[in-house]
Amino acid sequence: MLLSLYLLTAMAEATRLSSNGTAQRGPYISVITNRTTNLLIRGTMLFGVGVFLALVLNLLQVQRNVTLFPPDVISSIFSSAWWVPPCCGTASALIGLLYPCIDRRLGEPHKLKREWSSVMRCVAVFVGINHASAKVDFANNVQLSLTLAALSVGLWWTFDRSRSGFGLGVAIALLATLATQLLVYNGVFQYTSPDFLYIRSWLPCIFFAGVITMGNIGRQLALYECKVVQEKIHQD
Amino acid sequence: MTVRERLRQNISAAFYRHGLLCASYPVPIILFTSVSILTCCYPLLKLPLPGTGPVEFTTGAKDYSVPSHEPQGDLGERPDWYQGPPVAYIQQVLVKAAVSPWDSSLVPVDVFRSPLGRVFSLLEEIRNHVYTDRSLETLCLQVTELLPGLRRMQSILPEHGCLLVSPGNYWQNRRDLFDSDPDILKTVHQHEPKGIHTSATLKDLLFGVPGKNTGVSLYSRKRVVTYTITIALSSYDARFVASLRARLKQLHPSVNCTLREDHMVHVHFKEEIGIAELIPLVTTYIILFAYIYFSTRKIDMVKSKWGLALAAVVTVLSSLLMSVGLCTLFGLTPTLNGGSIFPYLVVVIGLENVLVLTKSVVSTPVDLEVKLRIAQGLSSESWSIMKNMATELVIILIGYFTLVPAIQEFCLFAVVGLVSDFFLQMFFFTTVLSIDIRRMELADLNRRLPAEAGMPPPPKPGPLRPREAPPPPRPSPHTITLQAPAFRNLRLPKRLRVVYFLARTRLAQRIIMVGTVIWIGILVYTDPAGLRTYLAAQVSEQSPLGEAGLPPHLGVAPVFPGGDPTSTLSVLPAPEPTPLPENQSQGHGASRPGGAPLTSPQISWGSEDEEVWRRLSFRYWPSLFSYYNITLAKRYISILPVIPVTLHLNPQEAIEMRHPQDTQHAPRSSAKTTDLQTDLTLYKVAALGLFAGVVLVLLLFCLYRVLCPRNYGQNGVQHGRRRRGDLPCDEYGYSPPVSEISPLLLRGHSMDIECLASDGMLLASCCLAGQIRVWDAQTGDCLTVIPNNGLRRSSSSGCWEHRDGWDSLTPTCEPDYNEPPLRRRVTPSRPTLFGDQPDLTPLIDTNFGELPPSHTTVGFGFDFGGLVEKAYKEHEASPTMHFTAPTPPVTPAPPQRRRSLGDPPVAPPERINVSPGEWDSSVWSLELRGNLIAAGRSSGKLELWDAVEGTLRCCNEDGSSGITALAFLNNRIVAARLNGSLDFFTVDINKPLGLLQYRGPPGRASLPSSPCYSSEDVISCQLTRSVQCAHQKPITVLRAAAGRVVTGSQDHTVRVYRLEDSCCLFTLQGHSGGITAIYIDQTMVLASGGQDGAICLWDVLTGSRVSHVYGHRGDVTSLVCTNSCVISSGLDDLICIWDRSTGIKLYSIQQEVGCGSSLGVISDSLLVTGGHGCVSFWDLNYGDLLQTVYLGQNSEGQHVRQLLVLDNAAIVCDFGSELSLVYVPSVLEKLD
Repeated sequence: MLLSLYLLTAMAEATRLSSNGTAQRGPYISVITNRTTNLLIRGTMLFGVGVFLALVLNLLQVQRNVTLFPPDVISSIFSSAWWVPPCCGTASALIGLLYPCIDRRLGEPHKLKREWSSVMRCVAVFVGINHASAKVDFANNVQLSLTLAALSVGLWWTFDRSRSGFGLGVAIALLATLATQLLVYNGVFQYTSPDFLYIRSWLPCIFFAGVITMGNIGRQLALYECKVVQEKIHQD
Repeated sequence: MTVRERLRQNISAAFYRHGLLCASYPVPIILFTSVSILTCCYPLLKLPLPGTGPVEFTTGAKDYSVPSHEPQGDLGERPDWYQGPPVAYIQQVLVKAAVSPWDSSLVPVDVFRSPLGRVFSLLEEIRNHVYTDRSLETLCLQVTELLPGLRRMQSILPEHGCLLVSPGNYWQNRRDLFDSDPDILKTVHQHEPKGIHTSATLKDLLFGVPGKNTGVSLYSRKRVVTYTITIALSSYDARFVASLRARLKQLHPSVNCTLREDHMVHVHFKEEIGIAELIPLVTTYIILFAYIYFSTRKIDMVKSKWGLALAAVVTVLSSLLMSVGLCTLFGLTPTLNGGSIFPYLVVVIGLENVLVLTKSVVSTPVDLEVKLRIAQGLSSESWSIMKNMATELVIILIGYFTLVPAIQEFCLFAVVGLVSDFFLQMFFFTTVLSIDIRRMELADLNRRLPAEAGMPPPPKPGPLRPREAPPPPRPSPHTITLQAPAFRNLRLPKRLRVVYFLARTRLAQRIIMVGTVIWIGILVYTDPAGLRTYLAAQVSEQSPLGEAGLPPHLGVAPVFPGGDPTSTLSVLPAPEPTPLPENQSQGHGASRPGGAPLTSPQISWGSEDEEVWRRLSFRYWPSLFSYYNITLAKRYISILPVIPVTLHLNPQEAIEMRHPQDTQHAPRSSAKTTDLQTDLTLYKVAALGLFAGVVLVLLLFCLYRVLCPRNYGQNGVQHGRRRRGDLPCDEYGYSPPVSEISPLLLRGHSMDIECLASDGMLLASCCLAGQIRVWDAQTGDCLTVIPNNGLRRSSSSGCWEHRDGWDSLTPTCEPDYNEPPLRRRVTPSRPTLFGDQPDLTPLIDTNFGELPPSHTTVGFGFDFGGLVEKAYKEHEASPTMHFTAPTPPVTPAPPQRRRSLGDPPVAPPERINVSPGEWDSSVWSLELRGNLIAAGRSSGKLELWDAVEGTLRCCNEDGSSGITALAFLNNRIVAARLNGSLDFFTVDINKPLGLLQYRGPPGRASLPSSPCYSSEDVISCQLTRSVQCAHQKPITVLRAAAGRVVTGSQDHTVRVYRLEDSCCLFTLQGHSGGITAIYIDQTMVLASGGQDGAICLWDVLTGSRVSHVYGHRGDVTSLVCTNSCVISSGLDDLICIWDRSTGIKLYSIQQEVGCGSSLGVISDSLLVTGGHGCVSFWDLNYGDLLQTVYLGQNSEGQHVRQLLVLDNAAIVCDFGSELSLVYVPSVLEKLD
């Protein structure tokens, strides 16, 4: 699964190269410029990233026995139920495609720090937040949740700063929290020490940070599509 | 606010001074920083090295007591982990068993079947051993059930009872199962993992000795079976253990055993990092590296990108080390797992400051002194740097007050890290940057040294030396003064630099050496004991058994597997069985007595048996305990001295214990195992060979790339347009250093621009709508607009454009309508004098004769006559001198269609009458000379316009076929037509008296004030010669230079004409497609490119072909030559640069789609190409992108289709309906 990250960077690199016209214009550029195909590629890449992050972060949680899955699944290599990574992947693909779309609709393109190093920083901070939620021992849950909330908002402020991003993040985080509540209520899995109805109170913060991160990646990917499509139009 | 401002000023000033300091004394400062880094890292030496290897501590077994939890005062050398009881006490019973004497009737299975069978009785003995009402049950470590994932081991490993491990576990410690097992080896091996395994396997676990030492195999040549019975005790009862030892020794005495029994070894295990825990860690590291990669990639425009990137990484890393060191110094030992918080720290500290600094310094004016540049760059970014740092500190401070220990510790680290990072940035990185910038400058000084290709790189100019002198004058102005970001050092080609670098530093050898050393180091570090034992084993195996005095040739013995005893037996009589040789030495390998291949197994005890567990993987104990969910991480176990047990079995006993299948299965299974072994070896060898092959191929490939760098005929090197997209703006709100090159936008055309012509001073453009606009090439002002249809408009707008508010203009036009017939008769015979071209005047006289009558017949008695007379007289003086050299006679008063209009207003009625439609014909070609615009229309009409006035001066409609190309040289115009004919026109200029007189009255007010007297001239354009069938097919290209006219046509030929007499000199054949591009210049270089993608170079003097290369897939769209090379561009959007003399492609540049044809050469080493909304400047010698100039904010998508290099070092390019005038000041300097 590590490959997906490499794939991402490689694809991004290739996209960037071809978008600048440096690479040979083979079938590749026509693929890139094709709108649906482009959408598909972006979706696939986002899906891969989502699956990968879900696996890794779940591993963190499972190691600390934060989440409990039925025991026989634990021995499987993915250390969580099979449906978790695809769900996360799909969600991240949707989010990653939604963000640039909403940007376009609102007509306020995202201008802050549009480059890969900042995206990488964002992902690293996101993993760090997860790490903190799973590994750092806090005195009580309120403190943990507050810290994570502050970190998430800080993430948004550092890497996003758009109102639409914030709104979308909050909305999706609430939805996801609701969905998780329902899942736990129906007994699909459970948390060891729930403190917010059936789940942990920091879950919305994590969701929010995840949404911001995926949105960031999605926007960065969409940047290439924009460039290429623009060029294509102008060529025509 | 004022405080803030003042603060800002102070910070800026401080940074400025600091920058000066750093740039002035680079060496002392770098030394200082290095020393401080080392000092701060010194405390790190005290920290234990990270790693998971176990640590040992040995105590005496006699006076052992469980260590207390509280650390005592007299710790001595006691390690700090030696506190409290261990997880378990391990008592191992090491069993060595052999069937002796070895009998010829025995089969290989007998080597281990009966010895293994004895384990059950031993187990029985141990289990039932009781010492003063203490049995093993009460003392041993009780384990519950295995981990859920280990279900398949449930039948093997003990559950719910004592942790007692022995080979008997394979058969659930039941003798009957063992006896009925037909294939022991299969049972043992069925649990082994396939392939290569590193951690403890089940076989290791149960046998307690490394797999190859067990002797449980069919071709064991020692025929001694070794295994252990491992007992884990939860509490230590010395007497029980001693009685057990005594009992076992009594039952199975080991005669020559002198193992020490008085030492207890305590083994402490570090925290084990499992794969599962490693995955998140690895992920964070991958993200970290991606972050570093994407960050450092942005460093640009410096001498050594890699060097600076390295410096940036070093800055961050050493600041982290410094923070850890400082924290250790002040007693804050890190309890966090350093490895896992490290990436987050790097991300928090970030590389941004470093990048911002670099960009800021690089963007300072390049002509400043280095230290001033550094200082300016620093001070301009000082405020943002300080602001960022303050913000980060505040955030971390907030984090500190969360009062969560882990976060507090992280924050503490981060604060120290941030501060030390700031320190390093200010001192270390800035200094490195200054050195880099200085190197770049010095490199530029040495750049123009000769022999760039073959010589070693320029001698190191001692970049470290602070230099007070102002930068010396630059030898080649244009590249340097281009501007800062374009300020790329010229250098050797990359491949050569790589070769030189390799040769100079012997890099390859050193890398290999370092790699070997690191590898050895890793080996020693990870497995010191293992390596030692391995080496010892190697030595002992290879040593020629000194004590026994045996010949060394016995190393061959293993060739004969012991599985075939009968054959060996036939060779040599079996020696008398000797149960226990008395003179058994303590030495190694004594069990291999020499001489006879068939030996009786002898059991020996050596010092290596004392701590048999050492030879096992260090994961042995952790993995054993982890099966029961007991972690040994940060805990320790105590290993009691081993109990040796020696078993000698009779052959008779062995035969009795045989399973009926043993004898029949023996050969087969023997073959199988051997196969397995050889298979494995084969795989290893194959893998190794494959790896070596791949490495070799890669190496050869690299060598090939290095040695044969020229990629003949390939679509070559991807030259660095990479950063194009990044250039306009980035996230720091930092736009790229604004160039002195600011493109001038010329707007006005409503449609796409079709033709472009210039003579250096003026610039004429024509759009698809047919509108011609004339611009001032210096200022970019629009001088004249000549709309397509309607002469009236043309005149008025032309005048109006040029001279605003010139009221008298309209009256000028009005009266002319009265006189059309007159004009028609008069004007043809009255070529005017074109002031710039005095040699055109010889026809004055002939025309002059007709002039007065026409003048008089008109009968306008103008008061202006005297003035005109005078002007004419004045003028006549000069022309007469040229009169003796008449140009070919003008075809006298030719056809009705031919009109030379001195005065545009005459035309409208006529035009409208004759052919209203022809004005809709579009302009196909345009030329500009002096202030005359020659426009060739699709209708075949040639028009001459006054560029300044916007008036139609002359019109020729001799041909009906569209003019595809025009050349305007001196006073001649050559027009190439669609039907393949070539027309030569002569432009005659006269200054007719009558015309002036005539024009006088209406323009009373205007005449004196008109600065452009030539606008009063009568210009006629006469067809001197028409070559009807110059080409069979439409002429596509027409170029004129150096008195030659060269035409290229779709009929695959190129023709060369002499301009003076329109004589065809050569017809050049060689292309296999239509000609699409021709280049000819004053030095008579002729190059042509065709639709076949071929480029031909011709000798114009002889008409022979000099060279012929195929360069493009598809048409060659444009061609330019310089002194040394030919630059061609094709429909494949590739720009190729060819060596002119050899015809070898030097390199190629991939262009953006559709921009391939726009191309121009400013000087011998500066190439301009058009792109999407930008033009790029390239260094021709090396193909480096010097700079990209963006033409407009919203012009991103428009691509430059035409590009014209003007004499005054300006570039004109059209994109869409706009023109852009890019001024290259540097070249001006050069021209000056």
